[in-house]
Amino acid sequence: MAEKTKLKGLSRELIALRVASELEDGTYVNLGIGIPTLISDWIEGRDIVLQSEIGMLKTGPLATGDDVDQDLINASCQPVTALEGTSYFDIAESFGMIRGQHIDVAVMGALQINDKGDYAGWSNPARGLFVGNIGGSMDLCAGAKKLYIAMEHTTRDGQYKVVKELSYPATALGMVSMLFTDLAVMEITPKGLLLHEVAPGISAEDVQSVTEPKLIISKDLQEMQF
Amino acid sequence: MTLNKFFKSCDEAVADISDGATIMVGGFGSYGGLPINLIVALSRQGAKDLTVIANMGGVGFELSKRIKPGGYQDLGILFEKGQVKKFIGSVPALGGMPPDSPLEKMYNEGKVEIEVVPQGTLAERIRCGAGGLGGFYTPVGVGTVVAEGKEKKVIDGKEFILESPLTADFALIKAHKADNLGNLIYRRTARCFNPVMATAAATTIAEVDELVEVGQLDPEVVVTPHVYVHRIVEVKR
Repeated sequence: MAEKTKLKGLSRELIALRVASELEDGTYVNLGIGIPTLISDWIEGRDIVLQSEIGMLKTGPLATGDDVDQDLINASCQPVTALEGTSYFDIAESFGMIRGQHIDVAVMGALQINDKGDYAGWSNPARGLFVGNIGGSMDLCAGAKKLYIAMEHTTRDGQYKVVKELSYPATALGMVSMLFTDLAVMEITPKGLLLHEVAPGISAEDVQSVTEPKLIISKDLQEMQF
Repeated sequence: MTLNKFFKSCDEAVADISDGATIMVGGFGSYGGLPINLIVALSRQGAKDLTVIANMGGVGFELSKRIKPGGYQDLGILFEKGQVKKFIGSVPALGGMPPDSPLEKMYNEGKVEIEVVPQGTLAERIRCGAGGLGGFYTPVGVGTVVAEGKEKKVIDGKEFILESPLTADFALIKAHKADNLGNLIYRRTARCFNPVMATAAATTIAEVDELVEVGQLDPEVVVTPHVYVHRIVEVKR
């Protein structure tokens, strides 16, 4: 697959920007570790409320300098700031909020995803890990009204991450609705992966070449707009 | 109850934790809400074969230097000292980049058992144990390794799995302020796992930034009522 690694897709920041533009105003959103965390940089000033499962609603931008306080961190353990209207609560309350479908969208990273909306993200046997971190990922998948995945389209050495069958332990089955990568925006439909958008300079054939399941190409296929 | 709950030092507060005890440790990650002075006291005390219930396994002193120059202690110290036989939590590993955390090292050497639990399920299992319930059905983990060996039930067309309650002999927690009775309030996101764990142990030991007189905490904002709190140690920031 060496040739396939030459595809020049979006930076992680631009993947995050593309997801940010998909989020609607007036929604409650939870961002997972990795590329999803970067989304917070693109929604400042918008009417989107970030829930952090550590126990905070209306999480503000990352803290710097004198604002850094170890008692004010997000679920990725990054120092953050509070906003007008921020509230704090304990972890049991936080996950009741999540399981009870009060969060509109969760955006997570993934190691593998298939065309049925199953994904794997908590344990990476390829790195020789015998245990993994579930963290809040399974709770968010089960509870958020919509689940988006934001990730690189392939592994660093060009292996498929969009696969026919998961070979890593699953985080959730059939829950993912949209997939955002450095190459494309895809929707998980009952018929399979529907390719809606491609990154600038990338063709549908390029995306298919690094995607194991057969893509359905939208009649309205577009280049991503920023 | 006006029993004296104050202990002069963390060492005295954890002195009677025996070998084989089950311990809940509050906090969330490697800092912020972690009762670190109680943890270090427990490492000095030396109790062995502990079952530790905590969100994260800790990074240990050596790896902490990557996060903060000079390093700091976290839950990793209990694994470094070989005091733990079982860890129950949601974030046991560091992410697979060597070197391993103390917990990962112990696990790879076959010296500690790990039970990985989804974070919200961990919280709810503790709440369940604290509140006298025998378990609960949750959709979290359906179709994954978490569901293996557990009773399944379809309720209103949706699949659930049965999760069991968790309790402990001791809970080590961190709060911001305590009054003389042991009513507790927390600070910002350092609340996290502390309030729920405070309610689930036979003996709850709270490390607090500040002690105040009864009447100085607004009853409307008390998070942990004092019935749950048995020992208090003030460790000034």
